[in-house]
Amino acid sequence: MVALLVVASLALLSIYFRESGGGRIHSLQSRGAAVLRPFEVAGDRIARPFEDAASWFGGLLDAKTENAKLRKQRDAWRQLAIQRRTALQENARLRALLAYRDSPRFPKNYRGLAAAVLSRPPSQLTQQIVVAAGSTDGVLLHAPVVTEDGLVGLVTLVGRNQSQVTLLTDDTSAVSVVDLRTQASGILHHGDSVDRVTKDEVVDAGDTLVTAGWHDGKLSSLYPKGIPVGTVTSAGQRDIDAYKTVAVTPFVDFSSLQSVLVLVATEPVR
Amino acid sequence: MLVAAKAAVVVFVAAILQASVFSSISILHGTPDVLLVVLIAAALLRGSLVGAAAGFWGGLLIDTENLATLGVTSLLLTIVGYWAGRYGETTGRDRSHAPFVAVGIITVLYAFGALFLHFVLDQPAPARTVLVDTLFQTIGLNLLVTWPVYAFVRRLLPPAERPERVQGVELLG
Repeated sequence: MVALLVVASLALLSIYFRESGGGRIHSLQSRGAAVLRPFEVAGDRIARPFEDAASWFGGLLDAKTENAKLRKQRDAWRQLAIQRRTALQENARLRALLAYRDSPRFPKNYRGLAAAVLSRPPSQLTQQIVVAAGSTDGVLLHAPVVTEDGLVGLVTLVGRNQSQVTLLTDDTSAVSVVDLRTQASGILHHGDSVDRVTKDEVVDAGDTLVTAGWHDGKLSSLYPKGIPVGTVTSAGQRDIDAYKTVAVTPFVDFSSLQSVLVLVATEPVR
Repeated sequence: MLVAAKAAVVVFVAAILQASVFSSISILHGTPDVLLVVLIAAALLRGSLVGAAAGFWGGLLIDTENLATLGVTSLLLTIVGYWAGRYGETTGRDRSHAPFVAVGIITVLYAFGALFLHFVLDQPAPARTVLVDTLFQTIGLNLLVTWPVYAFVRRLLPPAERPERVQGVELLG
């Protein structure tokens, strides 16, 4: 009996292969399929609600899984976007610094050492920052620090890989400056007022102040000549005072410093 | 005769459901083969002859429904039914794990057999898809439906009465 069934199967197989598409077995199969079709449709209709329910639950599970996956992807992309934006901003800042270093405005006999700002003043009491360049990079004590906007301050402590910079706005800061238009000179204190401007000198609001960069015999200013410092916002004088009262707004925005150039002398400063 | 008719109806329903419902269920890329499980259950319960005949009938139905090469599935399922029946009559007799063992092994052998036949007949035989991507899932799903299917088939086709095993031999002479 079993052998008979196997032989029948093989015979069916052989005949099916031998005959053409319109042969007897093919047409029988086609009729058989037509007969079975209603049963299949009935089976499908009976099972449809269960299939739909299963599909709904499956879809829900898939959606949850996909949702979690997409959230992960979104977070990763967001992180990447932030990194890219930060990198772009840093790139722009460094390009600006580079452009300044290569421009004629950059002090002669100095090279600019680009350094990222590692920490900013924690409060108004401390006007110092820490930059990522130290003695191993060639930073020296009292090296001037600038950005493309102007003077930032002076290196007051040098570590191996980082240095402390005292900002122009610090109480101890004093810089010799000159009025670019009238050559009136004075000393800028904590970044916002100029002292020692005699009454016969002319200083007006809107004038640009730059570092004086003086030298007298063996003594010389710590700052090279011609670094932009700030704009005069008001200038006045009183009869009881020996000098003019000059208020200044620095060019540099000290609250948003990201990177700076530490000036390293290429020749001994005279 | 009644048993044969019942078996034919059970296999017919299983083949219809397999083609219209279960073949569209895909869980982790695997599809349960309920017809195969029903056939194995019927063969284990009613013996190799019923198994072979049910396999031939089931294969014929599946090939007709799918307009596939007539005889291919019949040949495979006839052998499956016969083998499962013989297993039920001999080693697997009265053993509760027999359906699971038979379903697990036959699912693998059936996949290999189908691949071989398709290959010989110069029909598409994606070995990687059948043996690597879906076989384990199909085994799992078939094993999952084995117990309910076996219980259901057992209600419809109760096991045939078998003569008691020989307990001892008395030597004469």
